[in-house]
Amino acid sequence: MPLSPAIKGQFVQLRSLIALVLMTIALSLLSPHFLTTDNGINILRQVSINMCLSIGMTLVILSGGIDLSVGAILGFAGAIAAGLVKNGLSIPGTDVHLQFTTSGAILAGVLVGALLGFHNGVAITRFRLPPFIATLGMLSIARGLAFLWTGGFPITGLGADFGFIGTGAWLGVPLPVWIMAAFIVLFLVVTKRTRFGRHLYAVGGNERAARLTGLNVSRIKIAVYTLAGALAGVAGLIVTARLDSAQPNAGLSYELDAIAAVVIGGTSLSGGRGTIFGTVLGCLIIGVLNNGLFLLNVPPMLQYVIKGYVILVAVAIDQASAPRNRDS
Amino acid sequence: MSDVAISTEVLLAAEGITKTFPGVRALEDVSLRVRAGRLLALLGENGAGKSTLMNVLSGVFPPDAGTIRLGDGESVSFANPHAAQARGISIVHQELNLVPGLSIAENIWLGREPRSSSGFIDYRRLHADTAAILARLDLNVSPDTLVGDLRVGQQQLVEIGKALSTRARVLILDEPTSSLSSHEVEVLFGVIAELKKQGVGLVYITHKFEELARLCDDVVIMRDGRVVGEALYSELTRERIVQLMAGRESKDVFQKSTFEPGAEILKVEGVTLAGGGAGRRLLVDDVSLTLHRREVVGIFGLVGAGRTELLEAIFGLHPDRTTGRVLVRGKPVSFRSPADAIRAGLALAPEDRKRDGLILPMSVAANASLASLRRTLRGGLVSRRRESDYILPYVDRFRVKTPSLTQIVVNLSGGNQQKIILAKWLATEPQVLLLDEPTRGIDVNAKREIYAFIDELAGNGLGLIVVSSELPEVLALSDRIVVMCEGRKTAEFTRAEATPERVLHAALPDRASLAS
Ligand SMILES: Nc1ncnc2c1ncn2[C@@H]1O[C@H](COP(=O)(O)OP(=O)(O)OP(=O)(O)O)[C@@H](O)[C@H]1O
Ligand SMILES: [Mg+2]
Repeated sequence: MPLSPAIKGQFVQLRSLIALVLMTIALSLLSPHFLTTDNGINILRQVSINMCLSIGMTLVILSGGIDLSVGAILGFAGAIAAGLVKNGLSIPGTDVHLQFTTSGAILAGVLVGALLGFHNGVAITRFRLPPFIATLGMLSIARGLAFLWTGGFPITGLGADFGFIGTGAWLGVPLPVWIMAAFIVLFLVVTKRTRFGRHLYAVGGNERAARLTGLNVSRIKIAVYTLAGALAGVAGLIVTARLDSAQPNAGLSYELDAIAAVVIGGTSLSGGRGTIFGTVLGCLIIGVLNNGLFLLNVPPMLQYVIKGYVILVAVAIDQASAPRNRDS
Repeated sequence: MSDVAISTEVLLAAEGITKTFPGVRALEDVSLRVRAGRLLALLGENGAGKSTLMNVLSGVFPPDAGTIRLGDGESVSFANPHAAQARGISIVHQELNLVPGLSIAENIWLGREPRSSSGFIDYRRLHADTAAILARLDLNVSPDTLVGDLRVGQQQLVEIGKALSTRARVLILDEPTSSLSSHEVEVLFGVIAELKKQGVGLVYITHKFEELARLCDDVVIMRDGRVVGEALYSELTRERIVQLMAGRESKDVFQKSTFEPGAEILKVEGVTLAGGGAGRRLLVDDVSLTLHRREVVGIFGLVGAGRTELLEAIFGLHPDRTTGRVLVRGKPVSFRSPADAIRAGLALAPEDRKRDGLILPMSVAANASLASLRRTLRGGLVSRRRESDYILPYVDRFRVKTPSLTQIVVNLSGGNQQKIILAKWLATEPQVLLLDEPTRGIDVNAKREIYAFIDELAGNGLGLIVVSSELPEVLALSDRIVVMCEGRKTAEFTRAEATPERVLHAALPDRASLAS
């Protein structure tokens, strides 16, 4: 029996790839500023934040869930890191005041993201809340915490070390792009080649069967939401460092762009089907589109309309060519 | 006889139907006629193309080539199942397609709800029409019952009710009895006889030949996407059918070997499983049994006897509702999850393949290796190469019909999906194998091969428990037979003691209340 490639999956991605190439060609013809090295790097840097969120979102959606809280977690994690690096932490009711190094604050930001993601996972598994509700609650909780922590004002002046995450570069490529690339490679391997990856698809594809197969469904789900939270934390650091300022409102409705990227990349919202590679393409499509519309001076409000239709058309094409369920 | 066949009116004719899927030629130049008042049995091995042909006839997907004609000779092409329904063709699919969260009435009339003059759904009529259909099917439940609360057999009857509600001229039934109790089968046969009298043309797919004598007028046999035999049922013998299906001389009948039973490998003492619902009825009530190496214990019982639940309770699927003791190799165990049970060397191949058995959007390889993924690792990562090397012998052993190991499992035929479940659990190299209706939807030849394999596994030192609703299967396979009824164990027979009458008798409810 030959091991022929899974034709269908490849085809979806091929289509996203073709769409991306066509957009690139069209924009190169329409705008002289589009196809330049600078603009390319610019697009990648802009895309890096959504990419972190989208990778986490892919894991969540593959497992059969959804995460509406990543934008809010991004905001809170960024604020935590900024607050710690700038002011340190005074523990109320005591004289203890902790100073944080830059790396300590960065670590704390990621950990806080992971912790809130873990909270999501526990709410969904132990307390059996639907993911939509659990993460909708967290959206509000994390945003509220961000406002409480910052007192509603931006935290600015974070120092050059911290800023390096957002503005630094290595070999001419910005650090956020390196971070993004590392995560892409890491999670390509995780989803394709590890047991955890297989289990993730199994849980999303048929939770009952996965459980009967001996998989610890709760643990897998908790891990997935924790990873999504941690990735949102990293995105929060990048945003904060780039602006040298933590805004309590940072990341507002970013979850929608992440979901859009995942869906454009061909991942099924019902779980169990999709790839990280598809999401990478989905993110790039959104990034190139944003950049192109800006270069072409399309009015911002019209940009929203166009982006909305791109999502609808992408998913409609996907539906039309999806294998029709047998016997139905 | 044959002039009757010729004189009856043709309701639906397929001519030269061809259909290919990537890597699979599912149908090749297939022709077939459905006649008024007659039942056509469509037979063939797993993956022969039976369901595909019926999907084409009922508008699920179009053929690549060929024509479909109605009785008057008009050539038609259906854009979707609704269009076929509108022309009087209805189908009951091999797999259930119901919405669990809707009521029976809403499911039956989904998309065709009767409306009142104001345009809203006319619930009175919905209710009354449904009640009439349920009465015809002898289903004693309210039309408002949620479909998700019904047993699988009852759900299957609802599917049949849905098809009846369309008042079809042509009714296609794809393995309708695979999950019905014997009483439900009787009811269905009654309905079929009635439909035949009314001049409805029927197509009936089955792997259970016993059913044919009761119903069947004409037979069409398929192999590898082609029609290889077509005759009046009265002109065929069982041997001839089997031979045509397989395309070769079929082998001898299954002959069980007797092994000297080895050490006790599984002991179940007073296992009780409470129901999850409000009633808290006991699903399994104080069941004890033992299993030795090199032994096959069959569990027989009617649908709803608690056999599946017993296996699930042993396997650690309901730790919070299970009481009693389970010992593996003499040591007491308490499984908190299936993972614990698997670690102890148990495997459970479940009965409901779509719900419990398979991850439908995953590939054949990924499904087959899912329970034994650890064995495919190289340097901590899953090696595709190792995976296929490891899984291939199991998939080959059952002669699974698939173009490749990367084929998505939904695309396999029903019987081949069943084989993947067996392959998956054998790949864990268990010591105790619990098989729940292992041959559901499996064709006769493959069935015999699976029997031989069960025999071989027992010879290799495994202990096996086989749950089956088919009495001949239990009798043929088992060294000992445990009979269950309404959650309780009502009898146990050695192979020598077991006669069909005694086993069946122990499975009937009235006896249970008299016993002990
Ligand atoms: N959607 C699909 N995509 C790819 N292959 C398919 C698809 N549907 C069916 N096939 C293939 O077509 C062949 C015929 O399948 P079909 O379901 O018609 O078999 P069947 O005769 O009904 O078998 P069974 O007795 O097991 O139900 C099989 O090899 C199956 O794998
Ligand atoms: Mg079939």
